[in-house]
Amino acid sequence: MDITRFHATFFEESRENIAAMEAGLLALESGGGGEDTIHVVFRAAHSIKGGSATFGFTAIADLTHLLETLLEEARSGRRQLDANAIGALLGSVDALRMLLAAAEHGDALDQAMLQQARAALDRILTGAADAKAAAPVQAAPAAAAPEAKPIGWKIDFAPERSLFLSGNDPLRMLRELGQLGELKVACRDDALPPFTELDPFEAWLAWDLELVGEIKRSAIEDTFAWVEDQCSLSIEPLMPAASAAAPAAVASAAPVAAAPPAPAPAPVSASAPAPAVAPAAANAAETTPVARHDAVETTIRVAVDKVDALINLVGELVITQAMLAQRSAELDPSLHELLLSGLDQLDRNTRDLQEAVMSVRMLPVDFAFSRFPRMVRDIATRLGKKVNLRTSGEATELDKGVIEKIVDPLVHLVRNAIDHGLETTEQRIAAGKPEAGTVSLSAVHQGGHIIIEVGDDGRGLDRDRILAKAVERGIPLPENPTDSQIWDLVFAPGFSTAEALTDLSGRGVGMDVVRKNISALGGQVEIRSRKGDGTTVSIRLPLTMAILDGMTVSVGGEVFILPLNMVIESLQPSLENIKTVAGNARVLRVREDYLPLLDLAVQYGLPAARTDSQPIAVVVESQGQRLALEVDELLGQQQVVVKNLERNYRRIPGVAGATILGDGRVALIVDAGSLPKAA
Amino acid sequence: MSAQLLIVDDSTSMRQMVAFALTTGGYAVTEAEDGIAALDVAKTQRFDLVITDVNMPRMDGIELIRQLRSLPSYKFTPLLMLTTESGSDKKSEGKAAGATGWLVKPFDPEQLLATVRKVLG
Repeated sequence: MDITRFHATFFEESRENIAAMEAGLLALESGGGGEDTIHVVFRAAHSIKGGSATFGFTAIADLTHLLETLLEEARSGRRQLDANAIGALLGSVDALRMLLAAAEHGDALDQAMLQQARAALDRILTGAADAKAAAPVQAAPAAAAPEAKPIGWKIDFAPERSLFLSGNDPLRMLRELGQLGELKVACRDDALPPFTELDPFEAWLAWDLELVGEIKRSAIEDTFAWVEDQCSLSIEPLMPAASAAAPAAVASAAPVAAAPPAPAPAPVSASAPAPAVAPAAANAAETTPVARHDAVETTIRVAVDKVDALINLVGELVITQAMLAQRSAELDPSLHELLLSGLDQLDRNTRDLQEAVMSVRMLPVDFAFSRFPRMVRDIATRLGKKVNLRTSGEATELDKGVIEKIVDPLVHLVRNAIDHGLETTEQRIAAGKPEAGTVSLSAVHQGGHIIIEVGDDGRGLDRDRILAKAVERGIPLPENPTDSQIWDLVFAPGFSTAEALTDLSGRGVGMDVVRKNISALGGQVEIRSRKGDGTTVSIRLPLTMAILDGMTVSVGGEVFILPLNMVIESLQPSLENIKTVAGNARVLRVREDYLPLLDLAVQYGLPAARTDSQPIAVVVESQGQRLALEVDELLGQQQVVVKNLERNYRRIPGVAGATILGDGRVALIVDAGSLPKAA
Repeated sequence: MSAQLLIVDDSTSMRQMVAFALTTGGYAVTEAEDGIAALDVAKTQRFDLVITDVNMPRMDGIELIRQLRSLPSYKFTPLLMLTTESGSDKKSEGKAAGATGWLVKPFDPEQLLATVRKVLG
């Protein structure tokens, strides 16, 4: 039987178990989590051990065995898990991850790491106050010592009366012995009470058995293993008839045996009717077919490919539906009432279906958050800071694709918060703050968006120093900048070199990259900070990337989509507000600001279709920069299904993707951030 | 009608493997992910054999066996525990709760099937 088919499940499950162990150990370390937590960690280790042993991953099984031994001692109260022990356990969690990756992807095995993890566990196990702790690998029960050539075995088997009540049945054992060799059965019914007093639920019969053949004693012991504490059992070697003693003993012990022994199974089954038949009969009576889908499985694992295919198909359906809606608008309602009401229904069903399918891809944001406790611990230890991590809103759901892409920016922000945001312990004490800093991670839904925030209660951004840095780097500054305009400066690429900042109280290491990644997801980043009070970075993301609310505009006879989350306003500027500056660059005056003005028709190389001289401008914000886009006409708003252009064609600057409109035409989705700035 | 088996394990891969092995052997298999789920399904459907993991959240295997054994319809049903070699004290605990016997992890599918065949006769 090929059991490799279960490996994928085992790997995935083990990853979850490793994560559970890690989270539990961290909770134990920080003093949170009580007895339950130890049980959870133990169960996770135990599960990995059972699976890895069954599926043949011995290295994993060996290590988890050590882990389990230590955890079992903690679970049964024989050992307190001190920082040292938790450190060792966490080390072996890392080693398990490594082993798992090696087993799954054939990654190189890091022997040094494995040895280190094992050694650390060994030290703790053997360092136990009571010497019994060690013995990590139990020897298999030794086979019985070789005996002097018997021809078989003489077995005396007398079950206790309660034997049936454990679901055991002597018949099974006799049958099993019969398969080992030639079996002679003699039943002893001397204990049997008179029929009127007989309780058929009790076992009254005993057996004298002779099993002839070259059979290992352990095989016989195995047969009775489940009932060894529920019977009296003796197993003695049966010597050849020539060595007189044994047969004589048989005869004297079992006078009944003088009667010709009937073929083995018959008397046995006849003598033990009650237990063998009762359950079976009850069973037959109740085997009205009960639907098997009562089964308790409440989740299934599905390949992402299949879900993606489903989403794609629903996307097509949405487009078809939009096409039908558009066509049907031209029909006379009085003539096509039924058709139109059917189309309305289709509209609703499509929307519901779309929502339901999208929700399949939704995962709780804990998927991303769960890695942080460990990371925060490690960074804090390395920097010698005390840090508490608070998370909230872990259950908030978000598209899997978005979650995967948000992890790196979050890692960056959390690392920054600890490294740059939080003061040293001494500085905190001096400032009258609690010794341990707090880093918080939170997620909440807001409309069709999710807001993820990374906050700290550290020193906060220093306005003056950021301003000074900006001047030094020649970054243009507005007059009398507001706080948020200043915080925005840390997203400037110029601020992203580490050594320029280690000594600056703000953050900024790679913040431009963070903003770029989040913009690519259609999200926005914002910083709130107060000197001495801490900093919060707020990320606003759409729930999914597959569907987008867009503003449809017409440019040069084509339709373009502007993602609604980047649109700020649209206006019809008077010509005197449009100025041409150095070169051919044009700017648009919007109230106090001058924004770069780009003509989309020129950007995309389309003929100018506009006849009137009244342009329409849409102000958009992308990556913290505002600009105005000149379009011919505003058409409306609609949800569009985003099709990836890169995957199907290639990357084009200024285009984020494409969609198919209701009338079947393709419309490009504008990516304002990557539009060439100089037209 | 083939024998109805109930497999209880919180590990999906283990459950899948056991279920697969037993289905291949011609048995009808129902799965449950912990003791509470198992008890629920065992009350609505008769099983000829229950194989349960010991360590599980919500309700472990030993408590499940104790509860099943107290139900009239499971008085004589074979109830097997899946244990690991380090669970020797668990074996006696399980026996005391009414377990018929145990299967030792790790096991291979053939071995499992052979044991089940013996138990079901």
